[in-house]
Amino acid sequence: MPVDTTFKPPRQVDWAGIGFAVVLSIVIIFPLIVVGLWAFANVWRYPNVIPQEFGLRFWYQTLSRPDVWESITTSVELAVSVTVISSIICLPAAFAFARLKFPFRSLLFFSFIAGQAFPKFGLLVAIAGIFLSLNLIGTFWGVVLIQLVGTLLYMIWIPVAAFQGVSPRMEEAARDVGASPLRVFWSITLPQAGPTIGAAVLLTFVNTFYETEGAWLIGAPAVHTMPILMISFINNQPVIQYGAVLSAILWLPSFFALLFARRVISGGSFARGFGA
Amino acid sequence: MSVLDIKGVTKQFGTVRAVDSFALTVGDGELVCLLGPSGSGKSTLLRMIGGFETPSSGSITIDGEEVIHLPPERRPTGMVFQSHALWTHMNVFKNIAFGLKLRRIPVAEVKRRVDEVLELVGLTGYGNRQTHQLSGGQQQRVALARSLVLEPKILLLDEPFASLDQHLRERLREEVRDIQQRLKITTLFVTHGQDEALSMADRIVVLHDGRMEQVAAPDMLYREPETPFVAGFIGTMNLIEGNVNGGTFSRPGFSHKLPAGDGPAIFAVRPEALAITPATGAGAARVHRVTDYGTHGLVDLELKDGLRLKSMVPEARDWKAGQPVDIAPRAFAAYRDDAVLYRSSAAQ
Repeated sequence: MPVDTTFKPPRQVDWAGIGFAVVLSIVIIFPLIVVGLWAFANVWRYPNVIPQEFGLRFWYQTLSRPDVWESITTSVELAVSVTVISSIICLPAAFAFARLKFPFRSLLFFSFIAGQAFPKFGLLVAIAGIFLSLNLIGTFWGVVLIQLVGTLLYMIWIPVAAFQGVSPRMEEAARDVGASPLRVFWSITLPQAGPTIGAAVLLTFVNTFYETEGAWLIGAPAVHTMPILMISFINNQPVIQYGAVLSAILWLPSFFALLFARRVISGGSFARGFGA
Repeated sequence: MSVLDIKGVTKQFGTVRAVDSFALTVGDGELVCLLGPSGSGKSTLLRMIGGFETPSSGSITIDGEEVIHLPPERRPTGMVFQSHALWTHMNVFKNIAFGLKLRRIPVAEVKRRVDEVLELVGLTGYGNRQTHQLSGGQQQRVALARSLVLEPKILLLDEPFASLDQHLRERLREEVRDIQQRLKITTLFVTHGQDEALSMADRIVVLHDGRMEQVAAPDMLYREPETPFVAGFIGTMNLIEGNVNGGTFSRPGFSHKLPAGDGPAIFAVRPEALAITPATGAGAARVHRVTDYGTHGLVDLELKDGLRLKSMVPEARDWKAGQPVDIAPRAFAAYRDDAVLYRSSAAQ
């Protein structure tokens, strides 16, 4: 009988990996499942582990409310406005930080982290004081401005890393074969940095969509975003399902963002954005 | 006819003078190697010709036209970088076709020329490959094709094989030399490897600290180095510092007739021109180590004052470590003040 002499390494069980996956599942997936169940539960009473009756009753009730549609529209308009304005302001600035040498460059660059380094609410209260005198409290553009502050870190730091990651030799090679500086930027620099910049834009959109503190402090009482409405539902309504349905709707941007990310952004782009 | 004419080019980076009053004329179809150690200014010089650096002073003309004021995209040069610098978001075809498209050449013509140049560099059928699917050598061939397809007047190669392994490097330099001779394209090649320079170049320019030490054909550079630096940099050379007194060069343990005026001098002799014989008395030197290369042996010698010399011998087995020997230079040169003081008639 032939003897199989091929060396087979013993199969190792990655206990650390399994443990990590279990903890992640409990912390991330379990709460999502609970909220998902609540969103589709017509009846769910203690002590039942799963709902007694599934259905879309609360979806109809939630989506028939005009304030829900108004908040969805407001949130999308805010997120789009903030993302576009932030891109217009931050991307050229990021290019300048990445490629130009100017006085106080490092100081300015690190100043963008200040918004994240201190308690945000204190910063927002201070800005709200200024906005009050400028009549920006309770206005759409007041919320846009306050949310722009929160996007600076992502929209400067990540694109700077993206632009710095493009090899100067690649750009020189393009100049060498006849491309003007503008053409080099369009045909070489931007496509090379594009996926990472896409990641930054995506983060900005999603973060703005979910932002609550600034929207509440500056936008109240006139501007209602979806997360603010969800908080008021959870605080003021005895029916959990309203909040759960709004939560499920709020997942949509993340879901589409993830789909986009999978298609367009290579695995390392986010990591590269943070200097990895 | 000269294609490239460099006159008095100097490049200053702050207080550092990277290139100092450099002048060179390169003829049509010639392959000239810029050879020197790291920091000698050879890459800076190439980048000034390509338009990526602006000289602090001097002039660079190509086919009689001053190009210093021209940006890289308007110079008739093609550069191949050490890092390949292929555009990873484009496939091989698009990398090569990019320059042609910028010139608004019709699609059919672009395809024909890209296919032609792919065949030239031995990559027929690789057009649809992504750059990350290629080996280092193939990537460098694509980079070469990307420059060649535009038919530049001067091809600039900036240490293009430095990132490749020894075997591939040797193969590619032969291929590049073949292509260069077939196309008769004027080429400037930067390298710090003397093997590369000696095997490829029509002429070699040796640079040191931003200055040209010597420009000559490879065999002349080896046989008749004009400065002690070139003598030490090209091949292996025994450089012995000492003094000339009354027609004799001497230092402890070594002396030799040198018909030159009194003063300090550097005595230069190649290992293959330094004969050794078993000592008849105490001996001028002692064998320190013997290395057998099969085809020949290399004997490391130690003079009385500790100076090490090398001698090439036909048979390594004839010599033993610790053995006292007498030494006799068959051919030599001597230098004083960075210039040739004397060269024996059969100096190698």
